[in-house]
Amino acid sequence: MARKLLLAHIDVPGIHTFDVYRQKGGYRAVEKALKSMSPDDVVEEVKKSGLRGRGGAGFPTGMKWGFLAKPEGVPRYLVCNGDESEPGTFKDRFLMTYIPHLLIEGMIVSSYALGAHTSYIYIRGEMMPQIRIVEKAIAEAKAAGFLGKNILGTGYDLEIHVQPGGGAYICGEETALLESLEGERGNPRIKPPFPAVAGLYGCPTVVNNVESIAATVPIVNDGGEEYAKIGIERSTGTKLISAGGNLVRPGVYEIEMGLSMEEFIYSEEYCGGIANGRRLKAVVAGGSSVPILPTHLALKTAKGEPRLMTYESLADGGFVTGTAMGSGGFIAFDEDQCIVRNTLNFTRFYHHESCGQCSPCREGTGWMEKVLHKIEYGYGDMSDIDLLWDIQKNIDGNTICPLGDAAAWPVASAIRHFREEFEWHILQPEEAQTRNFGLVSEGVMNPE
Amino acid sequence: MADEKFKITIDGIPVEVAPGTTILNAARQIGGDIVPPAMCYYSTLEGSGGKCRTCLVKVSKGSEKDPRPMPKLVASCRTTVMDGMEVQNITSPDVLDARKGVVEMLLINHPLDCPVCDQAGECKLQDLSYEHGLAETRYAFKRRTFERIDIGDKIQLHMNRCILCYRCVFVADQLTEKREHGIIHRGDHAEISTFIENALDSDFIGNVIDVCPVGALTDKTFRFKSRVWFSKPVDAHRDCPTCSGKVTLWYKGEEVLRVTGRKDEYNEVKEFICDTCRFEKKKTADWVLEEPTPVSKQSVIDANHYGIFNPPPVIKENTRLQEANEEQLARTERLK
Repeated sequence: MARKLLLAHIDVPGIHTFDVYRQKGGYRAVEKALKSMSPDDVVEEVKKSGLRGRGGAGFPTGMKWGFLAKPEGVPRYLVCNGDESEPGTFKDRFLMTYIPHLLIEGMIVSSYALGAHTSYIYIRGEMMPQIRIVEKAIAEAKAAGFLGKNILGTGYDLEIHVQPGGGAYICGEETALLESLEGERGNPRIKPPFPAVAGLYGCPTVVNNVESIAATVPIVNDGGEEYAKIGIERSTGTKLISAGGNLVRPGVYEIEMGLSMEEFIYSEEYCGGIANGRRLKAVVAGGSSVPILPTHLALKTAKGEPRLMTYESLADGGFVTGTAMGSGGFIAFDEDQCIVRNTLNFTRFYHHESCGQCSPCREGTGWMEKVLHKIEYGYGDMSDIDLLWDIQKNIDGNTICPLGDAAAWPVASAIRHFREEFEWHILQPEEAQTRNFGLVSEGVMNPE
Repeated sequence: MADEKFKITIDGIPVEVAPGTTILNAARQIGGDIVPPAMCYYSTLEGSGGKCRTCLVKVSKGSEKDPRPMPKLVASCRTTVMDGMEVQNITSPDVLDARKGVVEMLLINHPLDCPVCDQAGECKLQDLSYEHGLAETRYAFKRRTFERIDIGDKIQLHMNRCILCYRCVFVADQLTEKREHGIIHRGDHAEISTFIENALDSDFIGNVIDVCPVGALTDKTFRFKSRVWFSKPVDAHRDCPTCSGKVTLWYKGEEVLRVTGRKDEYNEVKEFICDTCRFEKKKTADWVLEEPTPVSKQSVIDANHYGIFNPPPVIKENTRLQEANEEQLARTERLK
């Protein structure tokens, strides 16, 4: 059995309430941190743990905390990014629904480490039940003396506020989130200045994902070194993976970093294989924006080594034969699914969610959707594939925030690995309306 | 140190600038062809820039201390220089490719109605597509259109032409007392609008016309009066209680067709003018004339030589061409 740090007590009835959570050893991290550690000690433990941001970019959390500017007389803020909207990702919602106190505990520990006295949890507007659950958990923690003035008699004050978002994907981008939190239009800011210097209301701010903040609890409890023992190289600890698609048992799994992709998909402990006896066609390993991989590249890297669920192994081969960890939104596609249709679906999402600031993303996402729509419905032209390639290339890297890149990568990887299927859609439009292409033949690749 | 200077090079040309200067402004200090085009940046409007992505440049050396190149192309209007930075603009094929891509994106939904657009001739998008655009479009779909809304009797909003540079929003935020318009919706259906079609009305709101890089916001009092290149700009001033009163008058014959702020070589107004000067003072008697506005050699206004037709030699030799240009030749004779 793999070690579980975040979801160890998830099956205990009533774990969402303060009393049961406390009975199971909850809020020990708060007591330990506030009573026996200085804020810098906590930051040091998080640095030692090697924890990397769980929201998508994988930036080391300890380093991010280290960058926080600390001018005298200026408040500092911790903002928890609960605007989970990446298609295929639902781990934060799961965590907030079933074990909200883990997030609150993590928030107290992290706020203490950063010297923040007001912290915000920004939750996506569609997640109304979760917003209520988290608000209730905050009230319970406050009643028990873990929030408010003079927590546990240590003299540390902290208030946590929950802010529902308006339901925009773009507000999951940290600077757009800050704009939204300030009551402005959720447009990403131009960096620099980074939020660590000028974030919320112009004050130094750290924005962390729900899972990253929750992970600070086991780090404080057991020590950073203990946490770093799990995993491989620079991918330490455990990671929540939200597995979706045609799997026997989709759901949220806590895995130890370093688990092989093959084991994750096929073992009985995790997803239990592909549903209905189908064969695996493709994998999106980290949420809709990371490059899609065909089976042979998903299970083994281009060098023939087994693909592991770590930041490094997933990225092995760059974007030509690799992908990225992303937010852990794992989607499996079986042989009965259409890559063109799926790419259209993803692109439609990015078109809808583009904020419209940067010209390439604003215009390009809509253009890609139209071209893909044309191909999917049998009106495509062979030159459309090259056109799509050009459009995504013109978006990638040329925008303020990573939404442009996120819109470009799925299109680029779909064309790179599944060009045959696109061509088949164009050459056999009538047949493409009646059946799916099936598996891609191994080894066919069109790098660039 | 107040007089500390950063040494940087842009396309190999060295320049010394004050710390905190952006790459774009450093390039403007050098001037000439190496200045990146800017559709959304406006030096007098705080917070503008970074959106249109036409000013992308490549930083091939980050600084003296940290010589690593920047991983992506950066928006030169919002990236400040570091000591020892090396920037590539027109010497980098990546930059030119990306710029071409951006121009294509800006044009796919633009109506390209230049023949009936009042901005034609002084439109930055027109210049940009001339310099970087493709000869034909690869966009095979219906262009985006918006419902027409009326934003008052002085300013014409033509949303289909808008490139969402946000300059007009910054003008309203920073020059007028209250902002009545803004961006609604998001993505490619975002549009400039007022709250329930209010009319824009405040002393300085007319400046949105001057800052608009395209023909999305034009002067209703100048609407369809003349092509820009048939009018002659003359600098003038008046003693205005509200603004600096320094303007450019656009003459056609004896008639003042429109009044605008004085634009510099980067099409930016340094001293914004009030709506009284812009919309109501349209007689020569209202103004103290200074001198004809210097016009850049690249401008279509200059190329027209204020209406004097300079026939190329081929016309003088060819009777068929002389017939075709009869009217212009006759006018040239009159003006001699």
